[in-house]
Amino acid sequence: MDFTLDKQHEMARQLFKDFAVNEAKPLAQETDEEEKFPRPTVDKMAKYGFLGIPIPKEYGGQGCDVLSYIMAVEELSKVCGTSGVILSAHTSLCADPILTYGTEEQKQKYLVPLAKGEKLGAFGLTEPGAGTDAQGQQTKAVLDGDEWVLNGSKCFITNGKEADIYVIFAVTGKIEKRGKFMKEISAFIVEKGTPGFTFGVKEAKMGIRGSSTYELIFTDCRIPKENLLGAQGKGFNIAMHTLDGGRIGIAAQALGLAEGALETTINYVKERKQFGRSIAQFQNTQFQLADMATKVQAAQYLVYRAAVKKDEYVKNPKISYSVEAAMAKLYAAEVAMEVTTKAVQLHGGYGYIREYDVERMMRDAKITEIYEGTSEVQRMVISANILK
Amino acid sequence: MKIVVCVKQVPDTKGGVKFNPDGTLDRAAMLAIMNPDDKAGLEAALRLKDQYGAEVTVLTMGLPKAADVLREAIAMGADKGVLVTDRRLGGADTWATSTTIAGALRNLEYDLIITGRQAIDGDTAQVGPQIAEHLGIPVISYAEDIKVDDKAKTVTVKRQFDDRYMMVEAKLPCLVTALAELNEPRYMTPGGIFDACAAEITTWGRDDLKDVDDSNIGLAGSPTKIAKASDKVRKGAGEKVTPDSPEEAVSYIIGKLDEKHAL
Amino acid sequence: MNLEDYKGVYIYAQQVDNEISPIAFELLGKAKELAAPLDAQVTAVLIGSGVKDLCDQLAEYGADRVILVDDPELKDYRTEPYAHALSSVINEFKPEIMLVGATAIGRDLGPTVSARVQTGLTADCTSLEIGDFPITPVPGQEQKKNQLLMTRPAFGGNTIATIACPNNRPQMATVRPGVMQKIEPKKGAKAEVVEFNPGFKPDNKYVTIKEIVKAVSDTADIMDAKILVSGGRGVGSAENFKLLDDLAEALGGSVSCSRAVVDAGWKPKDLQVGQTGKTVRPKLYFAIGISGAIQHVAGMEESDIIVAINKDEDAPIFDVADYGVVGDLNKIVPKLTEEVKAYKASKAGK
Repeated sequence: MDFTLDKQHEMARQLFKDFAVNEAKPLAQETDEEEKFPRPTVDKMAKYGFLGIPIPKEYGGQGCDVLSYIMAVEELSKVCGTSGVILSAHTSLCADPILTYGTEEQKQKYLVPLAKGEKLGAFGLTEPGAGTDAQGQQTKAVLDGDEWVLNGSKCFITNGKEADIYVIFAVTGKIEKRGKFMKEISAFIVEKGTPGFTFGVKEAKMGIRGSSTYELIFTDCRIPKENLLGAQGKGFNIAMHTLDGGRIGIAAQALGLAEGALETTINYVKERKQFGRSIAQFQNTQFQLADMATKVQAAQYLVYRAAVKKDEYVKNPKISYSVEAAMAKLYAAEVAMEVTTKAVQLHGGYGYIREYDVERMMRDAKITEIYEGTSEVQRMVISANILK
Repeated sequence: MKIVVCVKQVPDTKGGVKFNPDGTLDRAAMLAIMNPDDKAGLEAALRLKDQYGAEVTVLTMGLPKAADVLREAIAMGADKGVLVTDRRLGGADTWATSTTIAGALRNLEYDLIITGRQAIDGDTAQVGPQIAEHLGIPVISYAEDIKVDDKAKTVTVKRQFDDRYMMVEAKLPCLVTALAELNEPRYMTPGGIFDACAAEITTWGRDDLKDVDDSNIGLAGSPTKIAKASDKVRKGAGEKVTPDSPEEAVSYIIGKLDEKHAL
Repeated sequence: MNLEDYKGVYIYAQQVDNEISPIAFELLGKAKELAAPLDAQVTAVLIGSGVKDLCDQLAEYGADRVILVDDPELKDYRTEPYAHALSSVINEFKPEIMLVGATAIGRDLGPTVSARVQTGLTADCTSLEIGDFPITPVPGQEQKKNQLLMTRPAFGGNTIATIACPNNRPQMATVRPGVMQKIEPKKGAKAEVVEFNPGFKPDNKYVTIKEIVKAVSDTADIMDAKILVSGGRGVGSAENFKLLDDLAEALGGSVSCSRAVVDAGWKPKDLQVGQTGKTVRPKLYFAIGISGAIQHVAGMEESDIIVAINKDEDAPIFDVADYGVVGDLNKIVPKLTEEVKAYKASKAGK
């Protein structure tokens, strides 16, 4: 067992760190304050191949691995939680299912531009009545000749209005299971600009305020028959499996937020003076920081382990990384919330002020306990596995 | 077109310089980076590559770990890396360094050689012009802009001076020394990093250098000798006051300057 | 190489547009000092086209002799004909010491010439003296007398090293502008003028000058200023430099700045003090809103009096300041300007 990064991951980390600090950080405050999608950062990510890190070169990607992609999300999230989730939603929730389930034609048509960064991706599963319970889906797709006709809406969609390519889930029929009727769900690839595909409300959020969270509306939206992703009726499996991967991305986002808050706080307590000495010299500060640092380190190991497990899956699809991903997300998200909260506390009054990064980090952190499976869902996944 | 870019691995002084408790420089605590002027030179070469499809080779001399800057250069888009490393080359001053690098360059084909103006650790700005002299090719220092005419085999450089610049044209092959202001170097790409780590780095030792005499390399072949080296002892701090009001601050300053007849 | 054949202290008398650069006079001042213990002559090497009438000025600033290389090929500075001229002078006249200014010209000419005449070169020296090498005797090693000991900062000014060139001649150094002191010129002084032309035959190393664009600068050279009011990132904006302009005007000084200010585009590069800017040594230096990064300090620490105003009490600038004031520059500087005016008015009244 070896806990040191090899040369390529060390270099990749340095690249992501430099990029995040030089490109994403200067826009982080404005992204949050003005709820503005950080387009300049995303364009630069595209230019340098960040939008296709774990995608094979033959599909326009960088041919790297999940671990390096995860480090990119982590480093971006250290300085800008919004940028982290944009990359995560694009890569894990859109490019990854097309890579895994797409036909060769679909990969050429959709994955290549996604991986090259010419197009941005999004994922539409959640509906007002279907969050944790994916069976609550109302959006329907009906085959009419050579086209699928979509009707319904999706909500809380990251990269909502900014994406170009969407992986969308819809009910395509009913199946009988042990005497009960269940909805048959299928996955589809939908392009922006398709007639009948429009955007509804933009959500005003507590955190990650630049991530363009929109409602997607489908009104007799006709897409070609060949845009069915995977087999008909396999949508639920595709969604769950995609979310397994997505959770590692969100875990990395949470980890980055915690690390960013910790670093910011370490610098702050060394500078901030009270009662004639820096607050770093107070034992309360020291002990709080020790706890924060320990948890951040533990979270990092869990997140990296899940990433490495997914890399093993890429080589051998029999391997499951579902539990590792759930543990990583559960723990990293809770650590992010705890560490950012403590970071605000250690900043005192300044921590509550918008000008200070930890204020934003704490708001950004909360969502990591909720989206792509709440902490409760992660506990269900983990416990189901250990009790089986 | 074939371009060779000479780069150096240097300690990063940007985030401040770290000292040991005894006041000496803590080199280990500082990140090793590609020298900024050299990186701008590399970027200029990569832009020429984008434009003309040039082949870009990066060359460095140093300890084996200096291969890191070659990998970085390859991850940015360079084609090949050459590391010149040998115990016998250690302790070289700029003369011995330039004879060594010139000896390595004689093994390579080049139309254009680009070096940084100077390295942030030594700040001498000597190695580039000295390499050109050893190779018998023209040198244009302090380049703010580099343009190549691939057909006419010329290079046109915006050459910075203290109070002016000149547009200067030279015949290829030529050596140009680049200023960090030349451009904004690109980032590596993730895929470039993975490729660079798998790439073969050509490693040359003393015996691979062409037409270089033993009397011109390493510590022994360096005409300049260090008589004394120390980390700089700075002037001690004077007084520092934290006045309660701007008025108090101003009367303090005026008072002191009056005392010293400095006004 | 017979070291005994090399005699005299030489300086490269840089001229631009047939006007002697200040560095040449500074080098002459230093050369005179170095020549004394060596009992040697000071020679200025003047290279250019139609520059003969500049010889007298060099004499006034301390040159005993001027070697003049005057040729139409030498109209504007180009590495090649200039390097050929200077190395031919060295090979012909064999100086013991050859000093060149560490200017954008000297830092190109120096290395090329040193490589051509096969000697060592020490860059960007801030101190030069004659002494022994090794400085303290080492058993089994000859201690050479009367060597040029060249001291230079490295590592962005964090370290200093003293370098000797014991086995090659000439001992060559480039010297930072603004560091050495020129002498009071002796009006009417004359030097022996030796005209020398090695012949110039253009080859592949001759470059073509397509265009020369002189920087238009209406600002006085900060290296000549007696009082400098220098601002850093803490000033906050280009507009806010008005506060510093006003103070500088009241003091009869000039405004300069740190690198951060140039990077931010608030002030032009020729006002930058520091490692990558200019070295200044005014009588009075105000560092306002400048944190005092080592690269900045390297360019101003030789100032006679340093006053620092900074709101961060831990700013490293306070480690070099004679008088440090912790406080808000926006409040202090305007008041200081008023008080300086009042002070000057009261003195003028007396």
